[in-house]
Amino acid sequence: MSKNLFAVAGLFNTPDEIIKASKAVNKQYKKFDVNTPYPVHGMDSAMGLKSSKLGYFALAFGLTGMLIALSLMTWVTTKEYPLVIGGKPFFSLPAFIPITFELTVLLASIGTVLSMIFIFFKLPNNSHPIHDTNYMKSVSNDKYGIYVLAEDDNFDAEKVKALFASLGAADISEILYNEDDLEEDVQVYQHFKIFDKKFVVGLLSIVVVVSGLAYYMLNKLFYMAPYNWMMTQSKVIPQAPVSDNFADGFPMRNPVEGTVAKGFMPYEYKGKPEEAEKNLINPSEVTPENLALGKIKFDIYCSPCHGYFGKGDSRLNGQFPNPPSLHSEKARNFKDGRIFHIITDGQNNVMPGYYKQLSRDDRWAVVNYVRVLQRSLNAKEEDLK
Amino acid sequence: MDKDYSKELSVIEGKPSLATITHDISVPMETMPNKAFYIALSVTLTFLGIGAFCLILTFIYGIGLWGNNNPVGWAFDIVNFVFWIGIGHAGTLISAILFLFRQKWRTGIARFAEAMTIFAVMTAGLFPLIHVGRPWLDGYLLPHPNQHGLWVNFTSPLLWDVFAVSTYATVSLIFWYVGLIPDFATLRDRTTNNIKKLIYSVLSFGWRHSNRHWQHYEMVYLILAGFATPLVLSVHTIVSFDFAVSILPGWHTTIFPPYFVAGAVFSGFAMVQNALIFIRKVFKLEYIITLDTLEKMNKIMLLTGTIVGYAYGMEFFIAWYSGNPLELFTFVNRAFGDYAWAYWIMMTCNVFSPQLFWFKKLRRSIPFMFVVAIFVNVGMWFERFVIIVTSLSRDFLPSSWAYYKPTLIDGGILLGSFGLFFTLVLLFTKAMPVISIAEVKAVVDGSQPTHHGGHE
Ligand code: HEC
Repeated sequence: MSKNLFAVAGLFNTPDEIIKASKAVNKQYKKFDVNTPYPVHGMDSAMGLKSSKLGYFALAFGLTGMLIALSLMTWVTTKEYPLVIGGKPFFSLPAFIPITFELTVLLASIGTVLSMIFIFFKLPNNSHPIHDTNYMKSVSNDKYGIYVLAEDDNFDAEKVKALFASLGAADISEILYNEDDLEEDVQVYQHFKIFDKKFVVGLLSIVVVVSGLAYYMLNKLFYMAPYNWMMTQSKVIPQAPVSDNFADGFPMRNPVEGTVAKGFMPYEYKGKPEEAEKNLINPSEVTPENLALGKIKFDIYCSPCHGYFGKGDSRLNGQFPNPPSLHSEKARNFKDGRIFHIITDGQNNVMPGYYKQLSRDDRWAVVNYVRVLQRSLNAKEEDLK
Repeated sequence: MDKDYSKELSVIEGKPSLATITHDISVPMETMPNKAFYIALSVTLTFLGIGAFCLILTFIYGIGLWGNNNPVGWAFDIVNFVFWIGIGHAGTLISAILFLFRQKWRTGIARFAEAMTIFAVMTAGLFPLIHVGRPWLDGYLLPHPNQHGLWVNFTSPLLWDVFAVSTYATVSLIFWYVGLIPDFATLRDRTTNNIKKLIYSVLSFGWRHSNRHWQHYEMVYLILAGFATPLVLSVHTIVSFDFAVSILPGWHTTIFPPYFVAGAVFSGFAMVQNALIFIRKVFKLEYIITLDTLEKMNKIMLLTGTIVGYAYGMEFFIAWYSGNPLELFTFVNRAFGDYAWAYWIMMTCNVFSPQLFWFKKLRRSIPFMFVVAIFVNVGMWFERFVIIVTSLSRDFLPSSWAYYKPTLIDGGILLGSFGLFFTLVLLFTKAMPVISIAEVKAVVDGSQPTHHGGHE
């Protein structure tokens, strides 16, 4: 028996024969393998293989992916970069689910396949003795092969050949080690020539190209200057005579002629109290909320002159043309529109207009509240009921 | 005709020997391409060139060259993205879901469909990347520490999309590659050319067809199919979230995820069927990609097309039934507004044309199914156009309503995407086995031991 012998191999023509053969071989030998062009059903049990453990790997990798996703997102959204988005809580699990799922699948798939190839198969291995043999070429096409390794304890080349022949093998051959692989370790190491000049140069040039590209990507394409332009952007500086925003030195443009900004509708009855009284109709509804609003606004804007109850007895009394009481016959007979007009436009250059401070709705609310004040001092008969 | 239903019919016609299968599938890689191939390639490369030219213009002058403008901020770019992503879904459905259902007829078409998945996802992935306007900053889509201390928004559907599409691309690639390993080994052992041998040796990792490996290999294939199945459903679901999570009428609906997935499978099958009709003829593989297989694909198109039609109807019903005037307006506007032409193209192609597959004669007629599948793809492209553009062109503020018109550049980029996709497909057919050699061998009559199969 030659020292070079790796295994004895037999080729079969049908799947039934190979199943029979592997059952027979499995009874006598431990170190053998079956090679078929595609997975043959029932071969695992014929060879006495235990079921694959790769499922556990998939589980472990999947859970790792899930944990990475969840912890990264939690850390970013709650600690590193907490931003309120759409009113959602920082830690919003439902919104994390899609990415968690994707990363679970991603890591599980990559991890399982890599561990299959590198851990379970111990591939890449292109120097396995069966490569480039006739045996290999047949089993990767249309034959079913089985071989018993010379290292097996019960191995005897002649006996194995006899067994294969009795099982009806179409072809029986010996597989030898490649000459090179048998030599001493040192020579194997020389065989690969790691410190060969060409290899080192090749490696170095790869390093230079890759790192150069990475540097370029990160620094040129990917780089955004930090946001320091608030300092340098064109803007209006207080006290500075001219701004460089526009050619004419003004910092802002006038609105386009004829346009009206939201909430700045011009007042139609400026200086025309009678017309206002005639045409303006109180649109607001008298509700507790509306009156409460009116009271707040009245207390803020009117009470300093007219007093909290509109009697004209405010804290400003005497320092200013005394404001009249709002309970006079005249004031009580004003229509709502007139009071609205006075609030909007002022009266006689003594009382100023309040349209800048009070929105239209606010003003009507104040009108309603003035009515309440007036009613409270001059209640009618039926109010007492 | 009498049929014996006690036996499972083989999905492969005749009883080819294993060597014939190896030979027939490897031939395209061992012969020089013929004239027709070069003509086809030059056409697709021209399209690709036009697309590349338009893209370069876009990079130089910016996306102002496109038709998008307020309020239609998403248009051809996103339409194309959703369209191509959808095309990819057929591949994963065939390779993963049908695998879990033990559908043997998938073996003949799985490899090619998976390849189309990968190319379609590559094409699709291009669009969001260019849509951002400054594609060189796309790296910021992935969360990474940077000098601004900026992080992505993990609660945005657009970011979910980044993860979904990149995971989908990676897992499809792995799945495809795992399937290719034994075939590369077979090719390695066949070839006489040293350079090819080196390439195949590297690509096959030195695979030995060992049964101790097959055992784990089959397990991993099962696991990957198990992962890819929910994954493929999640991808188009998340793509539909891009719309459904917003508040725009016509987008904000819960029916979107299932409806998008069905539509994706629908259009994907149409595209795969179209391409396979050529492949089986040109490479003389009619006995592996049989008429029965094509008929089964047509049945799936009939099913998914009907689901899509149901979804269109249901959207209309809900628009009325919800009592929401904005929804109702949007849908009436789709069917009868400015874009009614697009809507009715979509309806005719997607809802009416596949219904013809109810007739067995039509379902088995190759020229007929080819035309219907083309209709389906046109229709599915218009579906995305209708959804995206009609909703945006009529947003909440009537003063900003506008009519979107694509520009020449938009058209050029769309053409370029077809160029890219079909160039890759053409190169694939000559570079790698278009059918899984190992898988097909396993389903040929007589390839499995009799004492387990039970028949004969
Ligand atoms: C700056 C002090 C001042 C404030 C604040 C003020 N008023 Fe007057 N108001 C006056 C004076 C002064 C007059 C009398 C003007 C005149 O001589 O015609 C007046 C007159 C009026 C009149 C007409 C009374 C009449 O008999 O002619 C009404 C109504 C009125 N104010 C309501 C209001 C309301 C409502 C507010 C709160 C929005 C308000 N005022 C805030 C000073 C003020």
